[in-house]
Amino acid sequence: MNLKQKIALVVLVVACAASLGAGWMAQHSYAEQSREFISVPPSAQFWLGTDELGRDRFARLLYGTRVSLLLAPAAALLSTLIAGLIGGAAGYLGGRWERTVTAGVDLFLSLPWLFLLLAVRALLPLNTSPVTSVMITFLLLGCLGWAAPARIIRAGTRTLVNSDYLVQAAASGVSRWRLFWRHLLPNLRPILLAQFWISVPLFVLSEANLGLLGLGVSEPLPSWGAMLRELENYSAVLQNPWMLAPAVLLVIVVSCLQLLLRTEESVAC
Amino acid sequence: MVASLLLRQARRILLTVLLGGLLGATLVRLGPGFGVDERELDSRLSAASQQAIRAERARDSNVASFYFRYLAGLVHGDFGFSRSLNRPVSELLAERLPLTLVSLGYGVLGGVSIGLALALLTVWWRAPGADLAPAVLSGLCLAAPAAVIALVFLWLGAPSRWAIALVVFPHVYRYAKNLLVATSQSPHVVAAQAKGLSSWRVLWAHVFTPAAPQLAALAGISVSLAFGASIPIEVICDTPGVGQLAWRAALDRDLPLLVTITVLVALMTLVVNGLADLSLAAWKPGAAE
Amino acid sequence: MLARLGLVLVVGGAVAAGAANELRFCLRTDPKTFNPLLVEDESSTTVRFLTGGVLIRLNRYTQELEGELATKWKVTENGRRIDFELRRGVRFSDGTPFSCQDVAYTIRQLMDPVLHSPVGDPLRSAAGEVETTCASPSAASVRFPGPVADLAAQFDQVAVVSAASPRKESAVLGPFEVGEYKPGEYVLLRRNPNYWKRDANGHALPYLDSIRLEIQQNRELELLRFRRGELDIINKLDPDMYDRLSSEMPHAVLDAGPSLDWETVFFNQVDSAPLPEYKRSWFRSTDFRRAISEAIRRDDIVRIVYHGHARAAAGPVSAANHFWLNTAVKPGSGSEAAAMALLQHAGFRRSGGALLDSAGNKVEFSMITNAGNKLHERMLALIQQDLARLGIQLNVVVLDFPSLIERISRSYNYEAVLMAWVNIDLDPSAQMNIWVSSAANHQWNPNEKTPETAWEAEIDKWMQAQNASQDPNKRKAYFDKVQQIVADQVPMVFLVNPNALSAVSPNVKNVTPAVLSPQVFWNADRLQIGGTLVSQR
Repeated sequence: MNLKQKIALVVLVVACAASLGAGWMAQHSYAEQSREFISVPPSAQFWLGTDELGRDRFARLLYGTRVSLLLAPAAALLSTLIAGLIGGAAGYLGGRWERTVTAGVDLFLSLPWLFLLLAVRALLPLNTSPVTSVMITFLLLGCLGWAAPARIIRAGTRTLVNSDYLVQAAASGVSRWRLFWRHLLPNLRPILLAQFWISVPLFVLSEANLGLLGLGVSEPLPSWGAMLRELENYSAVLQNPWMLAPAVLLVIVVSCLQLLLRTEESVAC
Repeated sequence: MVASLLLRQARRILLTVLLGGLLGATLVRLGPGFGVDERELDSRLSAASQQAIRAERARDSNVASFYFRYLAGLVHGDFGFSRSLNRPVSELLAERLPLTLVSLGYGVLGGVSIGLALALLTVWWRAPGADLAPAVLSGLCLAAPAAVIALVFLWLGAPSRWAIALVVFPHVYRYAKNLLVATSQSPHVVAAQAKGLSSWRVLWAHVFTPAAPQLAALAGISVSLAFGASIPIEVICDTPGVGQLAWRAALDRDLPLLVTITVLVALMTLVVNGLADLSLAAWKPGAAE
Repeated sequence: MLARLGLVLVVGGAVAAGAANELRFCLRTDPKTFNPLLVEDESSTTVRFLTGGVLIRLNRYTQELEGELATKWKVTENGRRIDFELRRGVRFSDGTPFSCQDVAYTIRQLMDPVLHSPVGDPLRSAAGEVETTCASPSAASVRFPGPVADLAAQFDQVAVVSAASPRKESAVLGPFEVGEYKPGEYVLLRRNPNYWKRDANGHALPYLDSIRLEIQQNRELELLRFRRGELDIINKLDPDMYDRLSSEMPHAVLDAGPSLDWETVFFNQVDSAPLPEYKRSWFRSTDFRRAISEAIRRDDIVRIVYHGHARAAAGPVSAANHFWLNTAVKPGSGSEAAAMALLQHAGFRRSGGALLDSAGNKVEFSMITNAGNKLHERMLALIQQDLARLGIQLNVVVLDFPSLIERISRSYNYEAVLMAWVNIDLDPSAQMNIWVSSAANHQWNPNEKTPETAWEAEIDKWMQAQNASQDPNKRKAYFDKVQQIVADQVPMVFLVNPNALSAVSPNVKNVTPAVLSPQVFWNADRLQIGGTLVSQR
């Protein structure tokens, strides 16, 4: 691990620790409305100021980090795993199986999955807790977000399938299953890792966009996505630049993830 | 061989698109709020009027019969009637599709070009920190909602189609960069460098070319990404394209419009991916099979 | 040479004046129709207002009826008949003469049962035919099968269409006509060369040469364009934007005071609703509903959500509706103590931090509202905290609009709703379908076969009485009773009446903003751009 990766790891650990320790670090609860302090700038009492309901932005950032930092990577991991399995298997098996899967992936990409999300939300009881509701949303996003990377993984697999080392391993009598798990998948790591860390901010932003349809995080639970939606009020942002804090934090976390997951050497067997 | 590949692709595309339309219609039908109308909350309307509105909306509740009618109309170039905009879908598409296609063109080509160029630059110029600026830029574009990027463009008075390129390029850049870096560390590249080949020739012939099949896969994904980004961007910038239409149709549960857009997006994605596969076949026979 | 140059200069000048004498503002969506009889959506209503000629117009500022295409009118037969004396010498925009036949044709089209129009339906007071007779080309008489409340005012929405013009509904009697329409981009209205109205000095109206209606859904963009001078008016401004704009352009923003609209909360009292019985009993308890109303701090909603641009609401009539408001009815106090007293009276009690009912069930319920509405989301967050003081756990659920409509109108799968109601009418008869228990829009318990409670039966009685009477004072007395019952029984918790906020460029003259829609351009025929009168026609 080089110096940059060590710094990235420290930053991520600090961010996670801060979000988990939000109860101690934050001076106020994320839901507490100080109605006499509406949209105030940063001060000793409110380190990042307050929002339009008098809620402490710093507390909401910490708790929102907890929601987004835990759930977005979990959803990204899920979608990456599904994409890896499906795309990898399609590229490995080739032929009719690959064509069928590819057509299925393209079809999957075109469908209006928004309505599935709406249908699931409609099936949930209205009194579902915000935490449960947001977990289900991210789970669904993870289940639906595999198609685009699956195509790329399939293409990557096709290239690797004809590599010398795989041909050699096959000639040595290694079973197809072992070839797939031990020799192919590890060499897909660069693509899988790239997919993983690109998906993290994608899912954070998807949650923000879904909020426009009532599928995001319910009040009063904060999330990065909900806070990022505030940035659409650009003139308010110009006057209150501390509103950019969630965006800055997201960029930092995403950059750290990218640095941390970067591989210096490819795996060759 | 190319001809048989073309025929196979065309058949596959047709079947997939037809299936896509049916599945899309089913998803919309099963979603909550299908068949309701805002006018049901208009207290000026009489009970009889509200009943008539409900009956009219219930006409499309059977997915199978709707889709059959839709396909029958499609054969005659009739894409149905948009209830939310009170106009034939074909008219709406004729007005809006060119605008969106142009935006998508700029977005995909721009995003892919910027992404690939930065990736190639990063790989070619292997100084420490060479990837810092592109990494920060792509991180910023990934972290910013498409709506915010669109607003920035609006504020600057720049054409919103380039906002789509900024949404697409981080994905292209990251995949391309990782791929090219991994390829550049392959033994054959080391051997080529050891033999004294120029860095440009190594980059093009030994790094980029072997990675081309995987890079080609980016083309199709970029189209889906670009269309997905075009929806919030067109909504924010009030561009009268298909993206804005899709959003409006989703909010109003406008079935004929949604199914048509689903069919269109499926067709676009499949055609672009099909073209990528075909060009791959031409480049490397057997690679696209 | 000089003459030709002069001609070019004059032509150039006229073109520049034409472009400069154009009012520009935005529509949220494309108009669905230009046929005034089929209008349902807001954008089409705007176009109809600007192009349609009506027999009687409600002056949005004075709230008095004024003759337009009718110089005189008389309502007789207890609201069943209205006689008009029509203005003579009026022509449609294409030159076709206007006469009683056009009125008859318009009424016939409007009363077609297939039409399902929000303009026509209120005129269908009973089964039977509507008869229009023309004693002469300038005397029209319309007879309805049953009495119609506030009959004359209903004609404010009826744009007369031509029976004889080859251009059909494109031939108009209003100040402007549709010149160009580019879908998704704009509608250009040009002055009607045959508009009948003149100002006090005999100048032909309208003063404007054209109105350009840009189709713009994004309010941020609309604000940006207004700031840049690309737009002259923002007809409905939200409070956030009002404050932002007022800090930069204080002379451009206008607050006309409380509008007719309401923000309300109501509870599900439908028998067939999939609710646990204990929750149904809460929502049906008057004390429970009154307690909720008392607990909500309306002043905070006004201050925090609306930035002071709203007024606490007490009932279904806003302070802007001077005649119909029952001033004896007051809004909830926002007092936790008052709310707790009511809850205790209903058998609720505090246990630890939670409120329990008499059976020991924890008081927890959900409140739904439409997604994408920041004001509603903020209101809900405030209400959530207000009710938390009582130990009530309120779960906030935002849904997209079709999902919300489905729950409150079809499946009844909801517990409480926060909703906005847009009122365009001063007269309480426009609210019949809300207050009458058998109506579909009796939202907390629609389509009751018979009134389920004594107070709903009372409301039915007084609403029918005011609807049948033609005496304004008697009607006022009846509707005052309705307002008192609503305040006592709280089927709906009225929160606030938002103010009518708008922005107008200082270049636009003769603006007198009103609270009735359309707020700013209700007198579009008298608006001017710049100081000098351009039209000398």
